[in-house]
Amino acid sequence: MAFVEISNIAKRFGATVALDHVNIQLQKGEVHALIGENGAGKSTLMNILAGHIKPDSGTISLDGKPYIPSNPTDARRHGIALIHQELSLCHHLTVAENILLGMESSVAGWIDHREMRRRTLEVLKTFPHPDITPESRVSDLSIAARQVVEICRAVASKANIILMDEPTSSLQRYDVDQLFSLIRKLKHEGLCVVYISHFLEEIREIADRYTVLRDGKSISTGTLDSVTNDQIVAQMVGRSVESLYQPHQHPTSRDVLLQVRDLQCPGVKNASFDLHRGEVLGIAGLMGAGRTEMIRALFGLSPIKSGSILLNGKPLSLKDSPATRISQGFGYLSEDRGGEGLGLSLSIADNITATRYSTCSQFGWIDLGKQQSQAMDWVRTLAIKTNNALQPVRSLSGGNQQKVALARLMHQDIDILLLDEPTKGIDIGSKVQIYEAVERCVSAGKAVLLVSSYLPELFGKCDRLAVMCRGVLSQVRPIEEWTPESVLEMAIGGIQKGSDQ
Amino acid sequence: MAKAEASIQQEPPVAKKTGVKGHASSLLGRLVPFFGLIFVIAIFAILTRAPGQYLSPVNLRIVLSQTVIVAIGAIGMTVIIISGGIDLSVGSVVALTGVVTALGVANGWSPSLSILAAVALGGFIGLVDALIITRLRVVPFIATLGMMGIARGTAKWLGKEQTVNAPNTWINGLAVTFPNPPWLIVPPGVWTALILAVLIALVLRNTVFGRRVFAIGSNESAARACGINTDRLKLWIYGIAGLFFGLAGVMQMSRLTQGDPTVAVGIELDMIAAVVIGGASLNGGEGTILGSMIGALIMAFLRNGCQQMGWPSYYQEIIIGTIIVLAVAIDRQRHKLS
Repeated sequence: MAFVEISNIAKRFGATVALDHVNIQLQKGEVHALIGENGAGKSTLMNILAGHIKPDSGTISLDGKPYIPSNPTDARRHGIALIHQELSLCHHLTVAENILLGMESSVAGWIDHREMRRRTLEVLKTFPHPDITPESRVSDLSIAARQVVEICRAVASKANIILMDEPTSSLQRYDVDQLFSLIRKLKHEGLCVVYISHFLEEIREIADRYTVLRDGKSISTGTLDSVTNDQIVAQMVGRSVESLYQPHQHPTSRDVLLQVRDLQCPGVKNASFDLHRGEVLGIAGLMGAGRTEMIRALFGLSPIKSGSILLNGKPLSLKDSPATRISQGFGYLSEDRGGEGLGLSLSIADNITATRYSTCSQFGWIDLGKQQSQAMDWVRTLAIKTNNALQPVRSLSGGNQQKVALARLMHQDIDILLLDEPTKGIDIGSKVQIYEAVERCVSAGKAVLLVSSYLPELFGKCDRLAVMCRGVLSQVRPIEEWTPESVLEMAIGGIQKGSDQ
Repeated sequence: MAKAEASIQQEPPVAKKTGVKGHASSLLGRLVPFFGLIFVIAIFAILTRAPGQYLSPVNLRIVLSQTVIVAIGAIGMTVIIISGGIDLSVGSVVALTGVVTALGVANGWSPSLSILAAVALGGFIGLVDALIITRLRVVPFIATLGMMGIARGTAKWLGKEQTVNAPNTWINGLAVTFPNPPWLIVPPGVWTALILAVLIALVLRNTVFGRRVFAIGSNESAARACGINTDRLKLWIYGIAGLFFGLAGVMQMSRLTQGDPTVAVGIELDMIAAVVIGGASLNGGEGTILGSMIGALIMAFLRNGCQQMGWPSYYQEIIIGTIIVLAVAIDRQRHKLS
């Protein structure tokens, strides 16, 4: 009998199936890797175990007893601790206060500082770190040290199942080694660690068994010794390329519009590429690899350390603001639609014309009728489901919101479209319309930089492709020279197999 | 071909950043309000050309007794602001509880009972604020903005839109400049504020409640995930702070020797300013009682200095406004450094 039995867990968010009858068994004293592409359902599953989300159906048994946590506190009481990608510590408090938060030592309400210190030191003895003392303030610690604090908190709460969601995504190799020795200790003490990572070499190093999730289904499970990396990758990719992504070819233009050389910025160590008129250049990679950071830096939203950007052969300043970039002919579609992509409470018309009011205004005075009719033109072109351009964007579905965001770029009528995950989390119908719109832009001689985590989309829509791995952008190669397996391997390991041309 | 082999760059194990720098700057940051206070006192000692008079025991007593109301309120406000909240209703609560104190005495209640009623009413209003915030999910800014009107209206209703006269009792002596008996040196109100400030400073530093106030202000979702009942904690926070606002109302009545439903308009802004000048962040998670008390004193010495100089009151307003902006700007700068 397994320590934890997850059977037939299913969860939908609106029309999206996040988990489709997942089955996993976890044992005491094992590190169990959960493997899958972005959107395969790994995080949803972790959130269900940690009590943040309730499943629609299915059962979980913990130590033989049925277990469905009603909230995070309940999960904690059952000995389950989740360590997020973004750590959840109180930065203003000390290490001891963070580790013992919610279970402080006290006498009649007054903190027993000595006892707090003793308990903290006891935990820290097992997981020592040079910078951490019970009295250090968390805000003064490095990311790696904060992670140790978070692990100590899980241990101090007597957790026996620790869920780690991509714990190494913001760590250097040295810190990863430290983390792994901590995980091995946890394992020796009989804890069960569920480890989510994209990096197969890391998983091989630390995990005993694995489960592959794909499209919300548990595809396979077993010991890592009995499977090769190629087999795992095949299980991850495994889906047939839908007819939606019929490969297409644009007449290759040799007209270089944008040249980026040795770009360095926070999250990106090195990126160089050429972007031609009339092409879609795809950027593949894992979440957190530095793709979003790269295009944000190009658009002036985050600082660039070094490198050069040439537009039509002329160098651009690295310090330009987004406003200047827009005037230079850049357009940016954010991955974070609600956060920075759209003004959700503003009307469709306001959102579409936001980057180019000049088409419907004079001397700062907006001709509202003109603004509306221009917006309605885009509403029809992109088949946005509304008959009123004054409707707030908030009232539209995700797919239609995304079409509004793209309509803004098209209304802007610029040369370079930087698209970050333009079809993330939207329905098939809207996807098709967005692809058609991108197609229109390309045939009008514009250049598209498409960041996507969805391989069929990249293979169906791109002329050329490069892969970002841990801040380093690979060489750009024509799409025919890539296979889904080689892209994934490149993204996971940063090593290009069979690259001899 | 070789170029394509962009492999993972492995970082050598280098020494990590340590917390030494951060500690030094946070200690410095805590001293900033203190330097500010010394600076203000020094400036006016020089400007008035009579440092002996400006720093005379009489004048110090005047300043201290003038600051009692803001100081007591700022203690409660500090707790709320550290928890990431805000209370805009304090001015109205002070007027209401002042009226209640006067009404009590006027109706023949003993002074102690009248004070108890006023303080309890303050605490009750705090609880209502917290219930609005936690049950109805209204943000503190709006919840207490509403309470501002409700409490002010109730004060006018109870006082029949007039000041409420009360017979002379020992309450009137709580915040006078020259205390009776004289060996008290400063009025009982100042001693009360001092004792309560020390008490709450200890509570914030050394009790489970106090540390959880910091935790909820620092990262509310983390606090909840660690099993802290954040809704109940907020009831305690606003309830306890309300007791202080009720006591501030008693002091207000004591200084006026009557209950005035129209008094103390905007005094919450003075309290918020004191807390912020003292180094607290409106985002929650940081703040100290000592800092808030220094903040209150800075404003009191400024007001007093301007009066001594014979400057019109609009000078004070402009200077205090500038000080608030400067204090927060310095604080931001300090955060950027650390």
